[in-house]
Amino acid sequence: MAVAVETRPAGAPARRPPDRFRAVASTVAAAAPAALILIVVVLWLQAAPAIRHFGLGFLVATDWNPVSEDFGALPGILGTVASSLLALALALPVGVAVAVVLAEQGQAAVRGVIGTGIELLAAIPSVVYGIWALYVLAPWSYLHIEVPVSERLGFIGWLSDPAVRSLFNAALVLAVMILPTLTAISRDVIRAVPRGLKENAVALGATWWETTWRVILPSARAGIFGATILALGRALGETIAVTMVIGNNHEIPHSVFQPAYTLASIIANEFTEATGTLYPAALVELGLVLILVTLVVNIVALLLVRSTSRDARLTA
Amino acid sequence: MNRNLRRRYTSRFSLGVMYLLTLIALVPLGLVLALTVAKGFPSVTHPEFFIDSFRPVGIPGAGVGHAIVGTGILVGLASLMAIPLGILGGVYLAEYGVARWGSVVRLASDVLVGTPSIAIGLFAYTFFVVPFHHFSGIAGSVALAVLMLPIVVRTTEGAVSLIPNGLRESGLALGLQRWRVSLQLILPAAAPGVITGALLAVARASGETAPLLFTAFGNQIFSVDPSHAIQALPLTVYQYALTPYKSLQDQAWGAALVLVMLVLAINLVSRWVLRRQIALASQL
Repeated sequence: MAVAVETRPAGAPARRPPDRFRAVASTVAAAAPAALILIVVVLWLQAAPAIRHFGLGFLVATDWNPVSEDFGALPGILGTVASSLLALALALPVGVAVAVVLAEQGQAAVRGVIGTGIELLAAIPSVVYGIWALYVLAPWSYLHIEVPVSERLGFIGWLSDPAVRSLFNAALVLAVMILPTLTAISRDVIRAVPRGLKENAVALGATWWETTWRVILPSARAGIFGATILALGRALGETIAVTMVIGNNHEIPHSVFQPAYTLASIIANEFTEATGTLYPAALVELGLVLILVTLVVNIVALLLVRSTSRDARLTA
Repeated sequence: MNRNLRRRYTSRFSLGVMYLLTLIALVPLGLVLALTVAKGFPSVTHPEFFIDSFRPVGIPGAGVGHAIVGTGILVGLASLMAIPLGILGGVYLAEYGVARWGSVVRLASDVLVGTPSIAIGLFAYTFFVVPFHHFSGIAGSVALAVLMLPIVVRTTEGAVSLIPNGLRESGLALGLQRWRVSLQLILPAAAPGVITGALLAVARASGETAPLLFTAFGNQIFSVDPSHAIQALPLTVYQYALTPYKSLQDQAWGAALVLVMLVLAINLVSRWVLRRQIALASQL
């Protein structure tokens, strides 16, 4: 049997062929960063007429008049920020509680069911939340939350004048939608807390609550904060469900129970009807503001989450 | 003693509160599912609902067949673009991802997952609608592909990383080239996880409305031509739900039910596949 033996001068190192696969794969992997950069650049170019025309004043102007071509982003920015923060305030306590339960409480089977349920909550399409919110959640919340609250506390200006389509109801549906993000990442972060810390606390005689509240949650703080900001990023960019219940009002509302508008909703409602140069450019500039804000929010959040838990799942 | 008793009661009480909050968190899931089924079921009991297209209000026999076919075309085209690229990108991250470029790709993918989908729609509009002066299914599927890409990349990376190093080393020891090891040895072993990722991306893309608003745009007529405006299920739900006509609203609920069932089925199946993959990989 002939055996082919590669001969080379003694001492010469084996020549490895260049790893062409690596070159190809790393080029293909550039698709994601390239898409991200392209999106920002393209929106910037499309918004250029509006950026030139309005300058920085665009961000604080409150007009929205397609006829006289006066556009300002402030009502949209305020509506976006207010609905998202309100949604976070509603979702955060629930989300962290679920994360604590999922991370260590009870039997694996029960946790499995709860975990699957929460993840399915993330799978339901935004437009389905929208139709549910429009026909079920918003009318219910109007009758059973907005009206009773404003009857008792309506003397506080921003709790007066309830309406079915309102900032509050948009925040309510947003809270449901960001809950899975908040829960999944908080759970991973809480699980990443070193077991020894918890065992030390228990060995010192701490109860379950004292261990959770004074040991586990404080050491998972940075990660939970990251999860919160990541959820904030999701809420800021959510479009369809919010568009269906927020009431589409270009004026800054005086109460959380009044109709408002968000950056994404304005684009969704008006972009296909926008004519001329300045009107579509102004809408794209709203999109640019939105994407720049979410970029910053997401990057900060990701770095915070990664600092606590290496393998926290972010695509859930 | 009294103090310790109080501490114990506080602990019990707060555990109860946490469980209560968990229950509250699951209520919306139950409500959304129950109401979509209750309100959508009457529509989907007629077989023509799945076959026929839009009819003016008052004319019987309307359906969402055009939207179901449209969603199939849009998501199919998007998958053709996003899944091969995403898998190769994910293999790169798992096999060579320690390099600095790897962490750039990883961060970009995670940021892209969180990018507002309406902004992705604006991006696809600029590239594929503006030059051709009309809306098109292709523009819509490009937008969906951008949405799917990072999901496929990250789930593929996760699945490939689960494969133990021994398999890789034995392939290399046999003298296989790197690309053969990665694509013909490691990738098949990770196939269930990779398929799961692709399925989850398909589910996500099937339900997206915002990126289609000014790309695929919607179409009342049955159309399979991706170079023109095309209808999609989520667009149907959105457009019909906002009309004042009860017959269209009923169809919106029916379409929502179809969408929810599709997405939930994909999710449950892929979760099951993933669990098997993790069990299998631990035996390798």
